[in-house]
Amino acid sequence: MEQKLKTDFDKFISMSNFSNQEIKLKKEALHNFLKNGFPGRKLENWKFSDINQIIQKNIGELTFYNDYNIKNEINDEIFIKEIEHNKIVIVNGKVERLSFEYEESDKINLTTVDNFNQNPNDDNSLLSLNNSFSNKINNILVKKNYSFKKPLIIYQITNEKVSNTNINFQLKFELEENSSIKIINLYYDNSEKNFINNLFNFNLGKNAILKNYKIDKRSNTNIKYDYSSITQKENSISETFIFSSGSDFKKNEVSCNLEGQYSSAFINGIHLLSKNKHHEIRTNTNHLYENTKSYQLIKSVIDDTSKSVYQGKIYVDSKAQKTDGYQLSKAVLLNEEAEFNAKPELEIYADDVKCSHGSASGSLDEDSIFYLMSRGLDKKTAKELLINGFLLDVVEKITDEEIKKLLKNMIGLN
Amino acid sequence: MRDKQIEDLKDYKYGFSTDIESFKAPKGLNEEVIRFISNIKKEPDWLLQWRLKAFERLKVLKEPDWQKPKYPKIDYQDLYYYSAPKSFKEKPKNLEDLDPKLLETYKKLGIPLQEQKRLNGIAVDAVFDSVSVATTFKDTLTEKGIIFCSISEAIQKHPDLVRKYLGSVIPITDHFFATLNSAVFTDGSFVYIPPNVKCPMELSTYFRINASDTGQFERTLIIADKGSYVSYLEGCTAPMRDENQLHAANVELIALDDAEIKYSTVQNWYPGDKDGKGGIYNFVTKRGLCKGKNSKISWTQVETGSAITWKYPSCILKGDNSIGEFYSIAITNNHQKADTGTKMIHLGKNTKSKIISKGISAGKSDMTYRGLVDISKNASNSTNYTQCDSLLMGNKCGAHTVPYIKNKNSNSNIAHEATTSKISEDQLHYCQQRGLNQEEAVGLIVNGFCKEVLQQLPMEFAVEAQKLVGISLEGSVG
Repeated sequence: MEQKLKTDFDKFISMSNFSNQEIKLKKEALHNFLKNGFPGRKLENWKFSDINQIIQKNIGELTFYNDYNIKNEINDEIFIKEIEHNKIVIVNGKVERLSFEYEESDKINLTTVDNFNQNPNDDNSLLSLNNSFSNKINNILVKKNYSFKKPLIIYQITNEKVSNTNINFQLKFELEENSSIKIINLYYDNSEKNFINNLFNFNLGKNAILKNYKIDKRSNTNIKYDYSSITQKENSISETFIFSSGSDFKKNEVSCNLEGQYSSAFINGIHLLSKNKHHEIRTNTNHLYENTKSYQLIKSVIDDTSKSVYQGKIYVDSKAQKTDGYQLSKAVLLNEEAEFNAKPELEIYADDVKCSHGSASGSLDEDSIFYLMSRGLDKKTAKELLINGFLLDVVEKITDEEIKKLLKNMIGLN
Repeated sequence: MRDKQIEDLKDYKYGFSTDIESFKAPKGLNEEVIRFISNIKKEPDWLLQWRLKAFERLKVLKEPDWQKPKYPKIDYQDLYYYSAPKSFKEKPKNLEDLDPKLLETYKKLGIPLQEQKRLNGIAVDAVFDSVSVATTFKDTLTEKGIIFCSISEAIQKHPDLVRKYLGSVIPITDHFFATLNSAVFTDGSFVYIPPNVKCPMELSTYFRINASDTGQFERTLIIADKGSYVSYLEGCTAPMRDENQLHAANVELIALDDAEIKYSTVQNWYPGDKDGKGGIYNFVTKRGLCKGKNSKISWTQVETGSAITWKYPSCILKGDNSIGEFYSIAITNNHQKADTGTKMIHLGKNTKSKIISKGISAGKSDMTYRGLVDISKNASNSTNYTQCDSLLMGNKCGAHTVPYIKNKNSNSNIAHEATTSKISEDQLHYCQQRGLNQEEAVGLIVNGFCKEVLQQLPMEFAVEAQKLVGISLEGSVG
């Protein structure tokens, strides 16, 4: 694999026009990745999802070279019609369209950043891989006191032109003081057997609000890793909602650093899995300052031989007194072959805190099924109704009414 | 190289043959030392081979390093693996020779004077005849057919039982410290309860003569045959000092059909001084196997001592309808560190497990609950309930919860809850208003916090443990 990586990297560099500085950083990142390789079960974070093995088993040999010079057609039919929205369209890891037609153009600053930063202590090799092979990184800056009028939908499309390929994509958002944005990530895959590695960076200034909804519904055989890193200043709010269902393998990782007081982070997620899908959500909330708050609710419905994993960690620094952290994960196993693994973790160094977590997994409650059946429902409908209610609990947490309605329709929960 | 070998041989020569008085094996871990231990204990050949096999395996094993509390590297070649009990000559003669702090603690715990002497190996006078007390108990046990003796004795007298069960729960192919123990264990307890016998008393190392000198590699084996019941107590509330820093004991429990084993531990080893110097490393492997149907194993532990406590008493629920329980209080103060919890491995149908863990950290200490609940495919209708609560005192200590939950069976339920909090000002205020001083108030609140676990302990133990909880936290408030 090492040789392949090197030749693909050289080819990639020669076909793109990066500055010397960028090339230098990319080389360093590649070096980092070569040192560690794909993460496997030996690493604590990947204990339940050995992505190295999964890639080998599902894809086999990967191509790392991805041609960003090809112009891709965009099929307008896939766009959401129910609501007016701004668009970023990404095809096979390349940004094909950036349109902020509903916004005041002088309030948004679009740039490409040539410098990405990875914490040198961060041993996440997939970030290094992303850094070495991703195209120019778009940076979207929302200026002070500006709130997006319409949601932004990021369409992440893959088409049949790519297969057995590793696609790396990165996007950055900066929210200045008092600004706000609502983002929906829609994954629309028409490709087979690729490894897609996405990285999102959010920087929230004072009083900024970020609402991020990630929807992966369409069934596909790709393997995905999706990492969101959110840094929050005083009084800022971040809300992340994850609906994870379509891909064969998907790991969603959300990392929140609550750096300012009164900042809060909410992460809610749904796993709706069947066949032999294997999905994981990992949340990492770091309370680094006084009076911060975080809340996580993750629910899984697991059928057939699928596998759901939740790893959640609440870290409370010794400075972060008066932290309020809560975490709940629940899973319903519908089939004997299904599997649920969880690792809810608390790491606490301050005493004046209120932190708790809960995790429960099991089958659907027989009494509830019986109750519904005694009222005339057949077993299948009764079960569906219960699952519906179980998951709706998470969807109801969405704070934006318009988007909530849209997503309910999209997911098929009412 | 050659010179070194000759040097080693010299060591060997003097170490093994001449120094009869102290019976010490030379420093270092090698085949010769293992042969020496086996030889001096007159062990049968199968056991020697078993030890050697463990040693072979040990050579390829690496010391684990995933735990939270880190410790300086241990040089295993710099340890003595066998030394016979000390003669009274080397031990303190009077209570006055002891550390006054230790005496103060004894007083608070209300330990009788004679008992204090016994704990420190001071020759006891004729009035207090612990030997005869123990003998009376022995008679009662023999009458019922219960075997309760040191494991060395059991190897001589009941080789079939030992051979059948030794290593059946913790095999020699286990992790580093367990395998190390298998290779070099020196002594420990052996209990066998015959079918349908209810052990009439709490068995305790206390009643076994010479129990305090089993050394750092203790091995305990408890077998409860069909339909039997036993409650076993390990350790005591009185502070224990020991010059061996590393303690890597192995405890194996086997419960056959309808049998029940209750294993309680109170551990109060030397935790090091206020600055975190010294103290014992307690790296114990404890594992129980519910082998038969309807069997039950229950672990209760109160961990207040040791510089580092790193242990996970586990239950393997193999028999259908078997039950595993784990109740734990772990208290860390000053620079103590603990990484403890349990593993519940559900293999049989209708198996149940319950975990109640209470962690209290104060001072500059660090406390981690780490647990695994694993419900396998075949363990239908199994349930687990886990509750782990942590209490923090001050912002220089840490409390962590790391549960691993694996559910592979759709008919099984797992529920897990964890909370972290501190003693609220209101509670303290209320107690102080009623005339308690601050320390008493904290002691009272903490005891309430631990109540669920304390009440699992046998009566006489529970009273002492309750006091111990209070004492362990002294100086942590204010």
